[in-house]
Amino acid sequence: MTDTSITAPAIAGTPKTPAGSAGRRFASLFITHAILITGAAFILLPFLWMLVTSIKPPDEVFNAQLRIWPKHFYGFENYAMALTSAPLLRFALNGIIVCGGILIIQLLTAIPCAYALAKLKFPGRNLLFVLVLLGLCVPEQVPALPIYIALAKMDLLNTYFAMMVPFFLSVFAIFLFRQFFRSFPDDIIHAARLDGMSEFEIVWRIVTPSAMPAIAAFAVFSFVAHWNDLYWPLIVISDVNLAPPPLGMMFFSDAEAGTNYGALTAAATILTAPLLLAFLFARRRFIEGITMTGVK
Amino acid sequence: MSVTAVSAPIARPGARQAFIERLVAGGFALPALLLLVLTILVPLGVLAYLSFTDYELGDVDLHYVGLQNITAALTDPEFRRALKNTLLYVAIVLPGSVILSLLVAVLVHRRKRTRSLYEIIYFLPVTSTFIAMATVWQFLLHPSLGPVSAVLRWLGIGEIAFLSNPSLALPTLAVIGIWQLVGFNMILFLAGLSTIPKDLYEAAEIDGCGGEIDRFLTITWPLLGPTTMFVIVTSSITAFKVFDTVAVLTHGGPVGSTEVLLYKVYLEGFQYFRMAYASVLTFIFLIFILVFSILQTVVMDRRVHY
Repeated sequence: MTDTSITAPAIAGTPKTPAGSAGRRFASLFITHAILITGAAFILLPFLWMLVTSIKPPDEVFNAQLRIWPKHFYGFENYAMALTSAPLLRFALNGIIVCGGILIIQLLTAIPCAYALAKLKFPGRNLLFVLVLLGLCVPEQVPALPIYIALAKMDLLNTYFAMMVPFFLSVFAIFLFRQFFRSFPDDIIHAARLDGMSEFEIVWRIVTPSAMPAIAAFAVFSFVAHWNDLYWPLIVISDVNLAPPPLGMMFFSDAEAGTNYGALTAAATILTAPLLLAFLFARRRFIEGITMTGVK
Repeated sequence: MSVTAVSAPIARPGARQAFIERLVAGGFALPALLLLVLTILVPLGVLAYLSFTDYELGDVDLHYVGLQNITAALTDPEFRRALKNTLLYVAIVLPGSVILSLLVAVLVHRRKRTRSLYEIIYFLPVTSTFIAMATVWQFLLHPSLGPVSAVLRWLGIGEIAFLSNPSLALPTLAVIGIWQLVGFNMILFLAGLSTIPKDLYEAAEIDGCGGEIDRFLTITWPLLGPTTMFVIVTSSITAFKVFDTVAVLTHGGPVGSTEVLLYKVYLEGFQYFRMAYASVLTFIFLIFILVFSILQTVVMDRRVHY
């Protein structure tokens, strides 16, 4: 009580009584959460419906009543059906192979190049950096056509290599790591040189470990982007056994032709789960990595 | 020019050192440069070359046709429709996702205990494998089996075929696009909000500027300017590149009402194999993206140098 009487003169201009301000605060809190929860419901609806449909028997899916929890638990049958009629684990494995391969080559090529751009002097450095900046503006769909023609001529369609090759170079990684390396102290590099370390050792044993946060964020960014990419796999892959998760899901849902929603949502759950679980466990890393283009 | 810059002013023991540095740097940059040439520059050159030919996949030889493809594109009613559909899609998704995400970010920003919960929920669509979620959306919006129709029936409105009605299909895809994008933009706005000093709000309160809306208009909105600019540019690019929803949910239909630019490029190039014509369309696509991207690079560069 004494508190309010002391602060009251300070805000004398506003006719707030303690009860009134508490009421207003409650109202504003109520409105805030009402808006946020409405939005959250809109966001969560597909996830919720995916989960409950994946444990519903066909007759409950088809009688189309607005019932959330199934009368009969049919989850086992739906998930078994999804796993036996489509090679879902194979899709996931393909996703891991492709994303892993892309990421390794991206790091191996981008890190030394970024170091050279940040710390070494060589002819054509500015030109190379301009090319990198230009490359940032070219989306994957633009070089797709010529690369497709080249792969078709070399008879390389329907291979892991075809799925990975347009993404081996990440100009974004070069740009990002260059920014990061520029702030690395020159004194340490000079000291390492005096100790007789080669530039190769300096890059991989001194500078790279210091950039781990940026590398981890980029790894998340790259992995999520290529795990979810549909455009390029759709173009170069027609063999079901090579399909990454999005393309595999598309094959499966075309095959089921929208009839067996129980099994379809079970498949969707299985294919969405790995990234969602990873996200829930490493939330900060994920958010940082995926939105890095903007926040950094 | 940078060669002289190295050797002239520095009195280090010799040109040998500088020579080695250039050699090493060249070695470091070479793999990336090679890939840059092979996967970006050469394809761009080939694309430009093909634009002036009549090449179709499988052709043994090709002929120079001048500007024929370009005039064909500019007069092609299907292409015009695709461009119009894409811009309409952007016109819905851009304001929708930016305004909603700004609202959510401002409201979430001041929550303490529930903040991370809301962050997780709104970010879920960004991390989920969208093609899988598209199947779920298809079911949600199914005119006879979906829960949305069930609610509409219960309300007495009746069933609505969201994805097979030509005038509703594109707006429906746009709503799904907003669903995908809100969480991403929210995080960008939250990052922007965290840079606004708290004392500004306190100062405003002392000055008698106490209302929520007042504070938003006098402090938050002006200081969020650069962030908002950035969100608008990235959202435009994302929306302009819409493809997945169309490819999975509507295949460009009904009656072409959702055929967007990138889907048209995909059809011409990789379904009909009319490579020359697809090259021209790709270039038009690139021009739009370039305008957005140059803006983005300028904004990003400025943010990095702060």
